[in-house]
Amino acid sequence: MKYHLALSLLVMAGVAWADAPKPAKSGYEFVKEETRAMQDDEFQNPGFIAVEQGRELFASKPASGKSCGSCHGDDGKKLEVKSLARYPIYDKALGGIVRLDDRINICREKQSGEKPFPAYSKELLALETFVRHLAVGEPVNVQTDGEMAGLLKKGEDLYKVRFGLIDMSCAHCHDSYPGQFIRGQKISQGQGNGFPAYRLDTGEMANVDLRIKQCLTLMRAEPFAPDAEESKLLGAYIMSRSNGLKIETPAVRY
Amino acid sequence: MKTVTTLIFLLFVSASASAAEPEGVPPPPEAYCKWEMTNYSIPSPLCGLKGDAVRGEKLVSDAAKGNCLACHELPIKGVEAYGTIAPPLSGIANRLSEAQLRLRVVDSRHLNPNSIMPGFYRDPSLINRPGKGYEGRTFLAAQDVEDVIAYLGTLK
Repeated sequence: MKYHLALSLLVMAGVAWADAPKPAKSGYEFVKEETRAMQDDEFQNPGFIAVEQGRELFASKPASGKSCGSCHGDDGKKLEVKSLARYPIYDKALGGIVRLDDRINICREKQSGEKPFPAYSKELLALETFVRHLAVGEPVNVQTDGEMAGLLKKGEDLYKVRFGLIDMSCAHCHDSYPGQFIRGQKISQGQGNGFPAYRLDTGEMANVDLRIKQCLTLMRAEPFAPDAEESKLLGAYIMSRSNGLKIETPAVRY
Repeated sequence: MKTVTTLIFLLFVSASASAAEPEGVPPPPEAYCKWEMTNYSIPSPLCGLKGDAVRGEKLVSDAAKGNCLACHELPIKGVEAYGTIAPPLSGIANRLSEAQLRLRVVDSRHLNPNSIMPGFYRDPSLINRPGKGYEGRTFLAAQDVEDVIAYLGTLK
C-alpha cells in the first residue's frame, strides 16, 4: 500500500529523474587506489578465500553422491561462462527471475538431494563467488528483452522509490551523485559486475542482494526478504545496468 | 498508593528500556509537533523549544545523529573528510534566516521535491518502509533540530 502510494506520489509530482549513468563504470573506478591494488592481487584479495571455499563445496559429495562437479565437471569446467554472465535470468519453467544463488540452491535440492543453504550463509556466498568467478572477464549480459523487459522496468521503478527514515532512493545516490563523496567515500554507480565482492566495511562477502539489504538498512529502512519479488526485481535491474562491464568477481569494494 | 506504585514501576521500565537502546538508534518516538510553513520558512521553533548551539555543533558531526558533514562542508576543526554532495555551510547564516534554515532542516522537499536531503523532522506518516524500531520516529528529535538550527545560526 505504502509502496504504491509512494510510486503514485512520484508520478503525480512529475519528478524528473537522472537516468542511469552513461557510460557504465565499474565500482573499481570509484574505490581507493589501495583497494584496487588489493583486488588485483589474488593473494591479498580476501574474496579468493571465498572462491576456494566455494571450490571445495563444489566438489564435496553429499549423501546422494552427487556433487556440483558430478554434473558440471571438476572445478565447473562444463559450465558455460556466457550463460553465467546472463544471470539473473528469466526462468520460463519457474515463471520468474532466478539469481545465481537461487540456481545453486535449486540444483542442491533437485540434483544433490540436499537442503538449500540459507540466504547470505557463508556456504551459499562462497559457492556463488566460485561459480561467478569462472566467468571473470566476461561482460555482464543480462537479458533486457522478452519477459525480462517488463520485470526490469519494475526493478527500475523500485530503484527510484524512497525508502526508510533517511528517505532516499537508490537513484538519489547512484544516478545523481556518482563520483561525489559521502564523508571520505566516493559514491559509485552501484554496479553489480564485481559481486559477490569482499566488502571492507563489513569484512565479509556480499552478493548484490545482500548489498541492497545493507544499503536499505543504512537508510534505516526495512529491507526486503531475500526471496521477496522486490529483491529479485531490484537485483536484476541493478545487474542489467552493468551490461557490458566485465565480471570482476571477487571484487573488493567499500 | 496503587497509582503511585504503578507510576514508579512505569518510570523504572521506561528508564531501563532507554538504557538498553542500541547505539545509533534515535530516542523513542515522541509526539510529533505540527509546524507551519509561511513563505517557504518555518518561523516558530518546533514544539516551542529553544535551541542550544553548543549541543548543535556536536549533533552535526555525530554520525549517528545529524551527520550533516557526511554531505556538507562545515567549519569544524579536526574533521578528516567532508562530503561533497551538498553546498558548504560556512556563512550560511548570512544567506538564510533562522526560519528559512528551519524549513530546510525539517523537510527540504517543500523547496525541492526531488531533494536528496533527508527531512530531519519529516512527518513520520510519510516515511516509506521505516526499519524495525524506526516506525513513528523522526530522524532527529525536535530538540535536536532546534539545537542544529541554533548552531547554524552562528555560522556568520
